[in-house]
Amino acid sequence: MAVGMTRRTPPAGLLFALPALAWIGLFFLVPVLIMAGYSLHPLNDAGVPGPLSLADYAAFFAEPAYVQALVDSVVTTVIVVVASTLLAYPFAWCIACVVPRRYQRIALIAAILPFWTSYVVRSYAWLLALSPVGAVNKTLLALHLVGRPLMFAYNPQATELGFVHFFLMLNTLTIYASLTQINPRYELAARDLGASALRGFLTITLPLSLPGVAVGAFLTIVLCIGDYVTPQILGGFRELLLPQLIIMQVQRQLDLPMASCMSLLLTVLVALAYLALQRWLRIARL
Amino acid sequence: MALCYAFIFLPVGVLVLFSFQGGDLPVPPLHGLSLRWYAAAFNDGRLVDGFANSLLVGGVSSALSVFIGFLAAFGLARYEIPGKALLRALIMLPLAVSYLLVGMGLLVSASVLGLGPSLATVIVGHVVINMPLAFAICQAQLGEHQRRIESAARDLGAGTFRVLFGITAPMIAPALIAAFCLCFTLSWDEFLIAYFNTRFQVTLPVVIWDLLRGGLNPETNAAGSFIFLVSISVMAVVEIFLLRRRR
Repeated sequence: MAVGMTRRTPPAGLLFALPALAWIGLFFLVPVLIMAGYSLHPLNDAGVPGPLSLADYAAFFAEPAYVQALVDSVVTTVIVVVASTLLAYPFAWCIACVVPRRYQRIALIAAILPFWTSYVVRSYAWLLALSPVGAVNKTLLALHLVGRPLMFAYNPQATELGFVHFFLMLNTLTIYASLTQINPRYELAARDLGASALRGFLTITLPLSLPGVAVGAFLTIVLCIGDYVTPQILGGFRELLLPQLIIMQVQRQLDLPMASCMSLLLTVLVALAYLALQRWLRIARL
Repeated sequence: MALCYAFIFLPVGVLVLFSFQGGDLPVPPLHGLSLRWYAAAFNDGRLVDGFANSLLVGGVSSALSVFIGFLAAFGLARYEIPGKALLRALIMLPLAVSYLLVGMGLLVSASVLGLGPSLATVIVGHVVINMPLAFAICQAQLGEHQRRIESAARDLGAGTFRVLFGITAPMIAPALIAAFCLCFTLSWDEFLIAYFNTRFQVTLPVVIWDLLRGGLNPETNAAGSFIFLVSISVMAVVEIFLLRRRR
């Protein structure tokens, strides 16, 4: 009877999915729509949301410091994506293709273990390592490689270093996963037909692993461009990124409409990245 | 490769090593090993409260995430529903946006509705970000093999709910536990949503954030090392359950 019922009433399956759909709708889509609506009502002189207008968006693009933060966010993200992919690919390849099979799992777990240090603590740990009295500077001084402590922390490069460290682990994981899914016989077949090891890798393995690279790159973009903690702890105050401006609007200016406007612009950037990578992300889903 | 490992472990190594610092600063030289900063951390009321709040938020939000995500995965895997791909994409949508957007949306909505900051909002937000993951994990486990066993149970007279909780859930229990643990570590570690939506009752990452204002301090090292230990213990549970499944 149960089977017959489910056939006649297709929404039965929908009933099971309803809590999930309702949760996403009520607590994600509706709040984001409310936020979008809020961004269209800039604060008036009394400090309360005024009439419908695009003034906050105009104000954003009229303020050079804001536009600079947007550009810096994009540039930082691009640098981080490129650097962490270039580091992670050979690393993941070594784990997948050089390390003997029985040790691979251990090698992979070791490679992503620090991933589970707390997000806030990880940036703090870099601050410890990089500070003028920290371990890296003390080591360099002891080895007489430098005459006086170098200023590693509190600049955009420190932010990038912190990001690359985290996303190296993430990308190693996604690239490793896609490398191990490739049938090794494809490359062997190419070698049998006379291709060199390099040519076999470039024409067979590399293209087949691109979906893993794309998934890693997209996750990196989503997490990197929206991150506040890493630049706030490591980056110093000369160059602010978009999430730092958003938090400033919330905490200092108490301007939620402007903060909403900036959050939406940030989301537009992520959506553009998704469109750019869509082709490979689709393949990865299959 | 060795360089990669060195780079990956450098900050964690420094963090953990100097949590045992006998002196007053978490930087070289090391003045003998001591547990005094762990004692300080465990006696710090804010850290203990934050720890309790994080356990609560992580436990409740992960349980909700796995329950709702499992139901949705079952519904979409076992029934013909028009527009299935669209529904699936809708459920997975939060995975493709920044936590910042989720946190801001909840903050603005709470302020429009006149609700003050609270841990409940954080729990709601953590379910938004973690439920899609639990959904994806469950969905990957609901294959043909399970479907045949489910229909055998139906043939023997089990109703839908008996099948769901008596057959399907126990069959994929390792995946459910793994999903719970993964959601828990992510919630336990999440900062932005918690930072936006709490004020007096805060979670552990927010307490640590406040501690950082005081500069370099071995107590922060001790608290950070302890959080690391909890996270990897939870992930070890996942590893054990996933390994058992594979055998």
